[in-house]
Amino acid sequence: MSVAAQIGHLGSRAFLRSLRQPGALFFSLGFPLVFLAVVASGLDRASDLPGFPDDSFLDFMMVVPFVHGSLFTAINSAVELGRDIETGFLNRLALTPARGIALMLGNLAGAVALALVQFSIYFAGAAVAGAEFEAGLLGVPVLFALAAMIAVAFGAVGMAIALRTGSSDGVQGMFPLFFVTLFLSSMNMPRDLVEADWFRWVATVNPVSYLIEGLRSLAISGWDPQALALGFGFAVTVIAASVTVATLAFRDRLTRT
Amino acid sequence: MIAVALAVAWRLVYKAFTLPSFLLPALLFPMIFFLGFAGALGRVAEVPGFRYGPGYEAFQFAFVLLQSAAMAGVFTGFNIAHDFERGFARRLLIAAPRRSGIVAGYVLATMARWAVNITIVFVVAMLVGMSIHGGPVDMFGLLVLGFTLNVVGALWAAGVAMRLRSAQAGPVMQLPIFLLIFLAPVFVPLDLLQGWIHAVATVNPFTHLLAAARSLLAGGTSDVALAFAIVVPLALVFAVWALTGLRRAEAAGG
Repeated sequence: MSVAAQIGHLGSRAFLRSLRQPGALFFSLGFPLVFLAVVASGLDRASDLPGFPDDSFLDFMMVVPFVHGSLFTAINSAVELGRDIETGFLNRLALTPARGIALMLGNLAGAVALALVQFSIYFAGAAVAGAEFEAGLLGVPVLFALAAMIAVAFGAVGMAIALRTGSSDGVQGMFPLFFVTLFLSSMNMPRDLVEADWFRWVATVNPVSYLIEGLRSLAISGWDPQALALGFGFAVTVIAASVTVATLAFRDRLTRT
Repeated sequence: MIAVALAVAWRLVYKAFTLPSFLLPALLFPMIFFLGFAGALGRVAEVPGFRYGPGYEAFQFAFVLLQSAAMAGVFTGFNIAHDFERGFARRLLIAAPRRSGIVAGYVLATMARWAVNITIVFVVAMLVGMSIHGGPVDMFGLLVLGFTLNVVGALWAAGVAMRLRSAQAGPVMQLPIFLLIFLAPVFVPLDLLQGWIHAVATVNPFTHLLAAARSLLAGGTSDVALAFAIVVPLALVFAVWALTGLRRAEAAGG
């Protein structure tokens, strides 16, 4: 069996396993939409602030569910990988002719496939709520591509953690740290409108700010080459770094086995 | 019953402060919300019509205090669900001479965890410049309000966890509390909200709790009596909910 077929099989296993967990699925689908509705409505008056880049807070926030959804999907996927390690599934799989790269990418492929379904729902939800998307029809595949890369980036980080800790509890314990990177970013306010110096500094050195700003530029500015280059650039960097760490952790785990 | 309660509480508190997977979520979420909202959204206080003396840090701290109090109960609910899934609860039911002590123990542990977590968030809030206009009596009232809501959250989640006895019950425990908390004036005062969220927040009881907490931090008493008139009966109702949940778990054999 080719590596691609192995990835396909393991990816569909990961995808179907996620669908069989309505609790986790509901949360990763429901929370981002509820958060969008609540924050966009609650902070609507913030768009009156001088210098705010759009006249609607909903437009400003419409891409945030994509990042939340990527994160939740990555966490769920990493928890499942941790469970595979706990239950010995990964060890049994390692005894088969399956290639190591397929074991790693299969899990990620399932997570990204699920994330893409969620992205469609988030986009439709934002459109129904009245959000405007400046980049137009051509911008939609770019939005989905960058969001998918963000899902891969988060998924690869989650995979590295799962392989290092070898337990689902270990991954769940790291979950809030992912949230730190989201909340200490430009998710809720443009960086130049942040009053607290310490927060502006943290948001500026936080790569997640650039991932969100890349997505957001499509919604509120149309085509902003700099924001898109930074978004895609940081996504590729995070993927490369975390896949490297995950590969080393994977080898280490199989050696210990 | 007290011995059972203390034993259950000690076990959970020990786990909570020794296992990172238990410690981090309950501590980091209120911290993230406080730093994320107070840090990023300070300029929201410049929106015309926004009036709150102590400033935006205190405005958000009131929210985080109540949010963390309620959600701490949900984290306990997760622990209870895990105990049932892994068979520990069955052994606990067999071993405990007074089983209502089990519920009391989970509630005590929730209070202990929240007390530590909110103290840490409070210290961080003071470090980033939060100003408080209320006196010691106001702060005591705020703490009592927080602890009462903490008990409400724990009893609600315990009732759900003991009925469903599965980690899949997580969203059932979490979502109603999450919705109540966030469908309130979280970012701006009620009169600055517009549209559907203003209508929902107006009838949301959590709005009064939030108004009371903000009032106490500002040295006022507005909405305080109403807030207690809401949470105290809720605690009683959810005590019945949790104890009947325990009976269901007993009937199901754990």
